[in-house]
Amino acid sequence: MGEVVVHALRGVDFELFPGEIVVLLGPSGSGKSTLLNILGGLDVPTKGRVIYRDHNLTEAGEATLTSYRREHVGFVFQFYNLIPSLTARENVALVTDISESPMTAERALDMVGLSKRLDHFPAQLSGGEQQRVAIARAIAKQPGVLLCDEPTGALDITTGVVVLDAIARVNQELGTSTVLITHNAAIAGMADRVVRLADGRVASVERNAHKTPVNELRW
Amino acid sequence: MVARLPTSALNRKLLRDLWHMRSQALAIALVVAAGVAMYVAYLSNFDSLQRTLTSYYNDQRFADVFISLKRAPERLTDRIRSIEGVEVADTRVVVGVTLDVPGMDEPASGQLVSVPVNARPVLNNVFLRRGRWPDPGRSGEVIASEAFSTAHGLEPGAELAAIINGRRRQLHIVGIGLSPEYIYSIPPGEMFPDDRRHGVFWMEHRALAAAYDMEAGFNHISLTLTPGAQEREVIDLVDQLLTPYGGLGAIPRAQQFSAWTIANELRQLQTFGFVVPLIFLGVATFILNIALTRALALQRPQVAALKALGYANHHLAWHYLKWAITIALVGGLVGVAAGAWLGTGMLSLYSQYFRFPTLTYHLSPSVIGGALLISLISAVLGARSAIARAVRIPPAEAMRPEAPVRYRRSVLERVGFSERLRPTARIVLRTMERQPVRTATSVLGIALAGAVLFVGFVFIDAMTALIDTEFQQRMRQDVTVTFAEPRSARALHDLEHLPGVMRVEATRTVPVRLRAGHRTRTLAITGLSYTTTLNRIVDQTGRPHAIPPEGLLLSSILAEVLGVRAGDKITVEVLEGARPVVISRIAALVDDSMGLQAYMDIDRLRRLMREGGALSGAYLQVDEAMVTDLQTRLKLIPAVAGVALTNSMRDSFREIMAENLNLQIIINVVFAGIIACGVVYNAARISLSERSRELASLRVLGFTRKEISLILLGELGIVTALSLPVGSLIGYGLARMVVESLTSEVYRIPLVWQPSTIAWGWIVVTIAAALSALVVRRRLDQLDLVTVLKTRE
Repeated sequence: MGEVVVHALRGVDFELFPGEIVVLLGPSGSGKSTLLNILGGLDVPTKGRVIYRDHNLTEAGEATLTSYRREHVGFVFQFYNLIPSLTARENVALVTDISESPMTAERALDMVGLSKRLDHFPAQLSGGEQQRVAIARAIAKQPGVLLCDEPTGALDITTGVVVLDAIARVNQELGTSTVLITHNAAIAGMADRVVRLADGRVASVERNAHKTPVNELRW
Repeated sequence: MVARLPTSALNRKLLRDLWHMRSQALAIALVVAAGVAMYVAYLSNFDSLQRTLTSYYNDQRFADVFISLKRAPERLTDRIRSIEGVEVADTRVVVGVTLDVPGMDEPASGQLVSVPVNARPVLNNVFLRRGRWPDPGRSGEVIASEAFSTAHGLEPGAELAAIINGRRRQLHIVGIGLSPEYIYSIPPGEMFPDDRRHGVFWMEHRALAAAYDMEAGFNHISLTLTPGAQEREVIDLVDQLLTPYGGLGAIPRAQQFSAWTIANELRQLQTFGFVVPLIFLGVATFILNIALTRALALQRPQVAALKALGYANHHLAWHYLKWAITIALVGGLVGVAAGAWLGTGMLSLYSQYFRFPTLTYHLSPSVIGGALLISLISAVLGARSAIARAVRIPPAEAMRPEAPVRYRRSVLERVGFSERLRPTARIVLRTMERQPVRTATSVLGIALAGAVLFVGFVFIDAMTALIDTEFQQRMRQDVTVTFAEPRSARALHDLEHLPGVMRVEATRTVPVRLRAGHRTRTLAITGLSYTTTLNRIVDQTGRPHAIPPEGLLLSSILAEVLGVRAGDKITVEVLEGARPVVISRIAALVDDSMGLQAYMDIDRLRRLMREGGALSGAYLQVDEAMVTDLQTRLKLIPAVAGVALTNSMRDSFREIMAENLNLQIIINVVFAGIIACGVVYNAARISLSERSRELASLRVLGFTRKEISLILLGELGIVTALSLPVGSLIGYGLARMVVESLTSEVYRIPLVWQPSTIAWGWIVVTIAAALSALVVRRRLDQLDLVTVLKTRE
């Protein structure tokens, strides 16, 4: 039996503008993670073009993708992916150590409201706190793009709101273009634009005339 | 209710899980294989030698008791035959002669053994390899020993000269043969075999007897005993009977030189066959335990699910035990094959100093069975605790991931190094420190590889030290001369006037039987001057020991054999001359390297023998330029039975050792390499599987492959570095164990080591570790970032 070719994305035309928050909505298998991976330099498309500012990532090799991630992209994952043997401050320092013009780890953690938990290890932090450390770690390098994959997927609503609030604050203060993947339509309220994916295609793009403040989001 | 075995689905899981961890499983299997290979190689050699020996002894009717004497009339034979317990008695003339071999400057020594011409010897029959038996009436015809003939390329038809009872005679080789009496033989008065300088020749009885005026007599008798006969009683009766005829004391087969040497070698092989595999299998058990413990930790959710489905603890235990058994059996089978191959090579080395008509390699089913059994035992021992821990968890608990490890700052950071450490270095240090048991087991595992290497390499040092002790410290003479019979003081004077001789020191050796309670040993006491500077008495470290003014100085091992200590008194029964029997005090012991030695001050010994300045031989210091001249002269002196050149002895010993050691070193390096690779590779793979998530996160954050490799390999590097000194320490302990197991009456090896030995061990372990690390590093490059991040911890 030969392998079956599956197209995760087909003919997606997607633009991300400076400073905006885009929420990518779609059911499982709609291709949102693949799109995020391509945007984040974890993957390259088999066809089509990916351009970041003046970098062409379409046929970028391993080294180019690594340096793209290192310099321009901040990632936040559903399961935080903190290094358990490093404190909050040190987890952030992991990134500040290898970036060109980072903010200090303390400032990054202050932005997510964790200036009092600098020296705690992940195991000593709650889920929401861990996710905020992950956000601090992602934004400490002052990235051009912040990519969040289901950042509240593992959290309850109260904690989720605190995390989303941190993301919104960073976006506002640093002007980082932010893409947020979710299957939770309620979160779409905080976006500048909402992109719906279905079956590997862009089903719709809506611009929110009025953004809902994060603390008013409910699900 | 009928108990049902787990379905085949579980077996399919077993195969797939094993396939999934195949390279790790293979690494463990190879360590098992190394141990099994050693076991098979040593024990199959033991088995092959033992079988060959038994059938050789039986086929050629090797005697049970041997007695040398001065001379007895043939009619005495019947009286010996009539002793109860004696089955067959066979008499011969056996003499030592000097040989003049064409094309060889130095004299060689020969043993002439008389054989009947019309029939084959009743005991100690000669195996005729080629040529024919001597013809009656042709007095110069001989069968030459195969070892000597091969060393000189002599074939039937060749000739050489011998000084027989003072007269030079031509010997015509008509056949090439071997005898169970001379499977292992060395020149008289020497320590090591030298086929070039020593040969055995079987000659027509009448001709040889006539040359020594023993026409109706003999000077050697061999006996076989009836089944159930009391060896000690027979020996006592025979000795009584032969005392008036200069009997030198009956020697049982167990102490006959060739048989004794081989028996010691066999005992060593057997000990080695257990000690060395024990080390390897111990390591295999250990790594299996680590690998399984960690692999099963990753299987927690599966264990929980299976339990929830109704599998009982013992089903799961058996399931996981099968992992270990499969690995061990694969290792066991590979080990049996490798051991057979290795064993064949080892056996061909043996045939260089043990001369058998045929020495065929035999791999018995019991050795194979034993090998597989010990691999199974090591598997079960290794797996037991890991499996018990994994299956004992209640299902609900197993469903949850293991409690997160609590980290804290490492010791280095707490003492103030934190400023200098990068986060990646902190990850390495804290992980190691938080899991001290795991770190320690990894260190210990690699250390064991280093230890095995150390043991192998230490043998080179030990052999070098042995050669130095024997040839630099003990034998400082250039030439050792042995007389056929004790000579008067005049002989010393004559030697002094030979060309090139600068210094001569006399020695007197007297055959004795030492008796301590019911234990006895028949050997020779060596009389040396208190002022001896040439042939000295040295211990294993090369430190000289002075001849005590009174009493005996014994090899420590001889004291052990006799069950005596320094200060004790023993009975000395002299077997020569007036055969005095005296009680002598053991003045001191010397922990020496070779054989069973007993020394006494030469003047005391002469007084005991009631003789003037008699000597049995002498040690010569010679002007190097004159050695050839001296040899030519010595060859012509009838009284001289043997001439040994220290330099040629050393060279031939080195040659034998070199071949042996090269094989030993190769085996050790390969096997230690396997252990080191096995341990490091396993440790690395386990870290990789446990930390792939963490490492992938770092890659996504923009860390390069090189940077994350440093985290994983940095830990391996530190573990390897820590293991090096630990390995040398363990190696030292193991070497002690091995050296002690090697201690035999034939020789003892000193435990010495050079700094370079440690360095070589460290280098090999480091290389093996680096190679395994490289393999793991390649896997790191294939890390699937996306999948890893999508899954929950």
